Amino acid sequence: MPILEHLWIIIALPLAGAALNGLLGKNWSKALVNSVGIGSVSLAFLSVLEAIREFSLLPAGQLSFFKNYFNWMAAGSFKVDFALQMDHLTIVMLLVVTFVSLLVHIYSTGYMAHEEGYYRFFAYLNLFVFFMLTLVLAANIVLMFVGWEGVGLCSYLLIGFWFLKQSAISAGKKAFITTRIGDFGFTVGILLLFWTFGSVDFGTVFMKAANMPAESATQAGVLTWICLLLFAGAIGKSAQLPLYVWLPDAMEGPTPVSALIHAATMVTAGVYMVARMHALFSRAPIAMFVVAAVGAITAFYAATIGLVQTDIKKVLAYSTVSQLGYMFLGCGVGAYAAGIFHLMTHAFFKGLLFLAAGSVIHAMGGEQDMRNMGGLRKQIPVTFWTMFIATLAIAGIPGFAGFFSKDEILDAAGSGADAHITLWLLGLAGAGLTSFYMFRLIFLTFFGKPRFDEHKVHVHESPRSMTVPLMVLALLSIVGGWFAAPHLIGKTDYFEAFLHPVFAAYGVPAGIEQGASLAGAAGEAGGISPSPAMELLHALTGPPVVLAIIGLLVAWWFYIRRPDAPKKLAASVHGLYKLLLDKYYVDEIYAAAIIRPFLWISTNVLWHAVDERVIDGTVNGVASVAREVGGQARELQSGNARSYATWVVIGALGFSVLMLGVWMVR
Amino acid sequence: MNVVPVAYYLVLSAVLFGLGVVAFVFKRNIITILLAIELMLNAVNLAFVAFARAWGQTDGLVFVFFVIVVAAAESAVGLAIVIRIYQNRQTLNIERVNLLKF
Repeated sequence: MPILEHLWIIIALPLAGAALNGLLGKNWSKALVNSVGIGSVSLAFLSVLEAIREFSLLPAGQLSFFKNYFNWMAAGSFKVDFALQMDHLTIVMLLVVTFVSLLVHIYSTGYMAHEEGYYRFFAYLNLFVFFMLTLVLAANIVLMFVGWEGVGLCSYLLIGFWFLKQSAISAGKKAFITTRIGDFGFTVGILLLFWTFGSVDFGTVFMKAANMPAESATQAGVLTWICLLLFAGAIGKSAQLPLYVWLPDAMEGPTPVSALIHAATMVTAGVYMVARMHALFSRAPIAMFVVAAVGAITAFYAATIGLVQTDIKKVLAYSTVSQLGYMFLGCGVGAYAAGIFHLMTHAFFKGLLFLAAGSVIHAMGGEQDMRNMGGLRKQIPVTFWTMFIATLAIAGIPGFAGFFSKDEILDAAGSGADAHITLWLLGLAGAGLTSFYMFRLIFLTFFGKPRFDEHKVHVHESPRSMTVPLMVLALLSIVGGWFAAPHLIGKTDYFEAFLHPVFAAYGVPAGIEQGASLAGAAGEAGGISPSPAMELLHALTGPPVVLAIIGLLVAWWFYIRRPDAPKKLAASVHGLYKLLLDKYYVDEIYAAAIIRPFLWISTNVLWHAVDERVIDGTVNGVASVAREVGGQARELQSGNARSYATWVVIGALGFSVLMLGVWMVR
Repeated sequence: MNVVPVAYYLVLSAVLFGLGVVAFVFKRNIITILLAIELMLNAVNLAFVAFARAWGQTDGLVFVFFVIVVAAAESAVGLAIVIRIYQNRQTLNIERVNLLKF
C-alpha cells in the first residue's frame, strides 16, 4: 500500500511546489511556474484518490488508518509525534481541499496572468495547500495547530499580496491579529487538554474521553472548558461573532485567494476542528449550546449586513460568515455530518461564487461596485449561468447542493435531539435573507440596464482557464448534494452514512444523538412511516424552501420590477439602513473600545514611559557613566613621561605600604 | 673577623634607590633620567648581593647577573632612542616630548 503507508507524500508535494516556485521561480517563465504549481497540486489530488482507494481496501472493522513517522518532540511525559491519520472525515476534507485548490490554481493562471510576482502567488497558494493538508491529516492536536497557524500565515501573505496597497497591508494585519486572539484560546485549550488527558494524540484523548460521563448542562466541567477554549480558536479562524471582522476586509486580496482560502477551505478549519473533536464536544452540553448559538446568531447577523452591501465581494464575504454560522449550528446541535456536508457543498458553491465574481470584476476591468454594473447577462454568459447556479445552490432551491445540506442543518436544529427553537428560527430567517441578498446580487449585476459607460468599459468573457473551473464547480454545485437525496424519501442519506463510522466511534452518551436524521430515517421504519411521496412533498415545501422562494421574489420585485423601490425603502427606514450599511458600527466600536485604548497605552505607557524612560534610560545611563569615568581617566594619559613616572612611584609606594601593613598585622 | 651587618648594606641600597627615584621624577634631561634608572637598578643589585652574602646562597647573585644584562640592553636601546629624539626634535627635555597622549 504505497500511498497510504506514506501519507506524508500528500503533504510533501505542495510543499515541494511551494519551495521550487518560491526559491527559484523568480526568473522562470510563466509556463514553468504554472506547471510546478498546478502539477504539485494535481499530483497531491491523485495521491489522495489513490490513498482513498487503498483505504477502502482496509479490513471492514478498521475505522481509521494511523501512521507515526517520527517523534517530533518529547519533554518528560509530553510527547508529540509527527503522525498522520486518515478516516472518513479526513477523506471528505482531503477531497474538498485538493480538488478546489486544483481548480483555483487553474483559474489563477488566467486571473493573475498580468500580475507582478506571479511566481510568488503560486508559491503562497501551494504553501497554503501544504498547511491545510497538514491540518486535515494531523493525528494529534499539536500538529493540527501547526497547520492551523500555517494557513493563517498564508492567509496573511495572500491578503497582503499587493503589498504596495495600504488597505491590503492593513487587512492582512487585521486578519492575522484578529485570528491570533482566538488562537490564544486555542493554545490554552491544548494545554488544558494535555493537562487533563496526559496526551495530545486524538486517538488516546478520544479513548479516554469516551470513558468519561457527559457533563451536566448546568455546570461547566473541564471538558466544557477545553471545548470552549478550542472553540475560541474556531471563532477566530472561521470568522464567527465577535471575531468575524477580519473576513470582509480580507477581500483586499486577489479574488482566487478569497475563493480558496476565505470561502472554501481555510475558514472551514474551525468547523473541521469541532467535528474532529466531537468526542469531547458531545460530552459538554454547555459548549455545544455555545457553538450552536454563536453559529445561529452569526448566520442571521451576517446575513443582515449582506443585505445592503454594494461591493460584490463584500456581499459574498458576509455570506461566507453567515454560511459558516450554519455549519457551526449544525455541529452545535450534534449533526456533525450535516455541518461537514454543508462545509463541502459550501466549498463548491461559494468557491464558484467568488471565482465568478472574479470573472465579473475581470470583465468590468476592476470594477467591484454592483451599482456600476447591470445587464451583463448577455455579454458574459458563462459567468452568468455558473454564478446563477451557485446562487440557486446557496439560496437552498431544491435540487441544488445547498438545499440538501442546509435543510439537514435546519432539520437538526428544529427537530433533532438537541433542537433549540430560537436558534432554528434564527437559522430560518437567515436562510430567507440569504436568498434575498444573493438574488439581489444577481439581479444588480446581470439584469437591468448597464449602469456603466459602455464606451469606456469593454466587457469581455474571461479566458478558458477561468471559465472551465467555473463550469466544473457549477456541476458540483448541482450534483454535490445528491448523496443526501434519498433521505428526502425516507431512505439512507449516503453522506451521513459515509461519515457515520467516525461520529459513532466514541460512544456518545445518551441525550445527544448524533446523525439525528439518520437515526430518524432508521427509526421511522418501526413507527409511523409516511409514504416516500409525502416525505418528498414535506421536504420540498418545508419552511427553508418557502423562505428561499420568498427571498427570490422579494429581490425580483425590488430590483427588476420596481428598480426605484430600494431607494424609497432605504429612505423610509434610513436609520436601520445606515446601521446595516455601516455594518452595525462594529469596526468603529472595536476601534473605540479596544484598539484606541490599546494604542494609547502602548504609546504613552509602554513606549514613552517604559521603553524610553526605563529601558533606554538604564542603557543610556550605564553608557554615560562609562563615558564620564573614561573622560576623567584619560586625563591621566597626558603624554608626559614624568607624570607616568610619578604614578609608578606612587603605585610602588602604595604597594609597599600595603605590604608593610599586611606584615604588621601578621 | 668583624662582618659588616646586612642592615648597613640595605640602608645604603635604600638611600641609593631613593636618590634614583627622586632624580627619575624631578630631572628633565632624558640622559639624566636614564642614569637615575641605572642608579636604582644598581641599588637593587647591592641589596641582592648583600642578602646573598648574608644567607650564604647564590640565588641573589644569579639575579644580579640578570639585572646587569638587562641594564646593559636597556642602556643600549635607551641611548639609541635618545639619539633619535635629539635628531628629530633638537631637544632632550622630556617635557617637550609629550605628543603621545589621550
